[in-house]
Amino acid sequence: MSLLSLEKVDKIFGGLSALKQVSLEVPERAIFGLIGPNGAGKTTLFNVITGVYSPDGGVIRFEGQSIGGQSPARIAHRGIARTFQNIRLFRAMTVEENVMVAGHHLHQASVLSAMLRTRAQIADEARLRKRAGELLEIMGLGQHAEDVAGSLPYGSQRRLEIARALMLQPKLLLLDEPAAGMNSQEAAELERQIRFLRDQMGLTIVLVEHNMAVVMSVCEAVHVVDHGETIAHGTPENVKKDPAVLAAYLGKSTEEVA
Amino acid sequence: MSTLLQQLLNGLSLGSIYALIALGYTMVYGILKLINFAHGEVFMIGAYAGYFGASALGVERYGAAGLPLYLAVLVLLFAMAVAALLGVSIELLAYRPVRSAPRLTPLITAIGVSLFLQNAAMLLFSPNPRPYPPILREVRFELGGVIVTNVKLTIFVVAIALMLGLNWFIQRTWTGKAMRAVSTNIDAARLMGVDTDRIIRATFAVGSALAAAGGILFGLDQIIINPLMGVLTGLKAFVAAVLGGIGNIRGAVLGGLLIGLAEQLTSGYLSPDYRDAVTFVILIFILILRPEGLLGVVRPEKV
Amino acid sequence: MRLLLRLAVASAIGLVLYGIGLWLQGGVIEYVQRIVFLAGINVILAVALNLINGTTGQFSIGHAGFMAVGAYGAAFSGVKLQPVLQNWIGAGAVADGLTLNVGLLVGAVLAGLTGLLVGAPSLRLRGDYLAVVTLGFGEVIRISFNNAKFLGAATGFSGNSPAGLPALTTFFWVYAWAIAILILIRNLTFSQTGRSLAAIREDEIAAEAMATPTTRLKVLAFSLSAASAGIAGGLFAFMQPSIRPEDFRFDKSIDMVVMIIIGGLGSISGAVVGGIFVAVTLELMRDLQQYRLVLYALLLIVIMLVRPQGLLGSRELSQVLRLRFGRPKAEAAK
Repeated sequence: MSLLSLEKVDKIFGGLSALKQVSLEVPERAIFGLIGPNGAGKTTLFNVITGVYSPDGGVIRFEGQSIGGQSPARIAHRGIARTFQNIRLFRAMTVEENVMVAGHHLHQASVLSAMLRTRAQIADEARLRKRAGELLEIMGLGQHAEDVAGSLPYGSQRRLEIARALMLQPKLLLLDEPAAGMNSQEAAELERQIRFLRDQMGLTIVLVEHNMAVVMSVCEAVHVVDHGETIAHGTPENVKKDPAVLAAYLGKSTEEVA
Repeated sequence: MSTLLQQLLNGLSLGSIYALIALGYTMVYGILKLINFAHGEVFMIGAYAGYFGASALGVERYGAAGLPLYLAVLVLLFAMAVAALLGVSIELLAYRPVRSAPRLTPLITAIGVSLFLQNAAMLLFSPNPRPYPPILREVRFELGGVIVTNVKLTIFVVAIALMLGLNWFIQRTWTGKAMRAVSTNIDAARLMGVDTDRIIRATFAVGSALAAAGGILFGLDQIIINPLMGVLTGLKAFVAAVLGGIGNIRGAVLGGLLIGLAEQLTSGYLSPDYRDAVTFVILIFILILRPEGLLGVVRPEKV
Repeated sequence: MRLLLRLAVASAIGLVLYGIGLWLQGGVIEYVQRIVFLAGINVILAVALNLINGTTGQFSIGHAGFMAVGAYGAAFSGVKLQPVLQNWIGAGAVADGLTLNVGLLVGAVLAGLTGLLVGAPSLRLRGDYLAVVTLGFGEVIRISFNNAKFLGAATGFSGNSPAGLPALTTFFWVYAWAIAILILIRNLTFSQTGRSLAAIREDEIAAEAMATPTTRLKVLAFSLSAASAGIAGGLFAFMQPSIRPEDFRFDKSIDMVVMIIIGGLGSISGAVVGGIFVAVTLELMRDLQQYRLVLYALLLIVIMLVRPQGLLGSRELSQVLRLRFGRPKAEAAK
């Protein structure tokens, strides 16, 4: 069964169709790529899946259940976590705190116990801190736990966003341009981390990415959109050669060149 | 029936004054996204400038006959000039330095300027209320059971003239167009060669001048002025701007008239005790039900 | 064991407060006593407002309304309760203390409920809009009290007797409550809830994406903040002969904002410092009479222009001290 499925999803902004009848299926434990030229609607798709926007048409199913129109917090609770195209960290807070914020399910103590600082509350904090530490290690940010998030270099900030998303114990991880601004060395490390997350942590990953090397290397299936519509779907190899895809990225003249 | 008409007339004239003040709020918010808390005080200073201007021209000598028209106009222009100068100074000294700071800082600064002007006025002009000089001769006449004074007529005439003037200014002059550009997209305007600082100053000047006109009209209508008159009236005018859609000029006029009517009708038909409260109730409703205002546009946030 | 330790510490603090209170009553003039009381009340107000404006990053400039609800609620219920209690257990410190605290709790609950009513619809708004709607609510509350005949309307509420409201506020109770609220709010701020509130301030959309129940938490914080302001209001009520709607104008809300700005938005220790500073400064400036408020306003403008982050910025006193005098290790790691 697909973990995530979209059936003919539409999204309209003030008369403009940002998404038109988009359908896709993401199998469990897949590493799935979502590509397309700028403005194609990829981030809008993420936003619709995660509840930032409500779909204007179609059905979105996660683990078989319809989630269209639910609030972002609710959807995050169900097990879908994401990172953002323009990094949205809690900049004034420390690296550790950024990750701990997402630890709601680990946190049992009530607001009253928080105010009274009961033993249960202290235990909670310790548990949160420990788990956050583990995730930071996985993403290579262990020594930076107490640094202010805003002071981290760009690449580390992207990794922190992933660590924070992982704290939600998600089943599905949506990464929005995780390789943006990375050099080939960092990108290779990212590829390794993505595989690790799927292999060792059982996550299903959907990736919006412009860095084709990463997409080709790490994705098993790729879905291509342009102007809000699906224009191709398949393995990275097939999609790379698809004339519609080439036309979308490079313009129609490539048909003459080819 | 005549009572209703009377209330409507009074409401519209009060509303016209609110509209003049609301225009200043809306224009400044449109370009700077700043609530100019001190605008109410500019209104107050405008009224006092009119008071002192009229006194300087010897209004007492004319008695109940009022100043000759050309002198009355002079007083108006004087007050508008003083207010424009004040508005620009406030912008230069208090708002410009904090323009790039996080939103809370300019808000607090504006509140500080407002408090400063109120208390400085109390020091300089004495906190006691002063009666407004009869700049205009009072003429009353009855029209179908409704009492109309020439003060009310003047309010309409001046308010409409100024609003038409503003409209012409915004649509036809280069500065006016630049103001619209800056309020739509300040960065694009700058890239198109607009001297945004100059336009911002012009906006403050025009808004303040209008508020001063409102101040004089208010003085003529209500007859009493005091240093704290800008607080409540300023707040009501701000609500009017929000009601119409903050940043929207037509909205400010619409909002002003509606608030004036609501206040007058509440006072007349419910109780004068509630006249101030009704504005706040409207504010709460509008912000909760339709924060962009009656004529405003919803701006979705990019994620 | 832990509980015993906490009780022991609390009792020790209590004894110290009691001692200071006695000393204050004996030797010190009423003028100074008033400043000391107001400082404590301000600390409560500042810490309460800081939770909203500082930690959660939501602008509220109408908190005077919640203080008013607390004041009137406490005064009204206290005045009704006092004779009943005095009949039951006899007049004296015990009855006074009970009357005061029950009154305060009534005021706090009412203020908290008001906070809920104000917060629930308003907290969807952002920035300037929220500020203005809280201002609006603050004024509506004040105008309502102004028109409430059974509470004395504009003349004010002074209870049954010609002597006015009973003077139940003591040094001990002001500072016991101040310390209690300070500790409770501090604990909250440094917990997962506090962290979530800070996340809301930093980036509400990202916080939501991380499963934070943003609306619920904002409203919760708002109610808590309002209830605390209510306690401050109640303490304020019982230290003067009467309370009038005049006492809770927009100016008072601005005073609270000034307190947390001076100390540094987001810093609890800053709020404490700011609260004390404003109480002392305002009272000391009384001699300057008319110049007082002009200077106060100028001070506000200058602070915004010169050091808008206040004395401590968003850091706590402990962090500032550590950075200045402390472990080089922390510095080297950066």
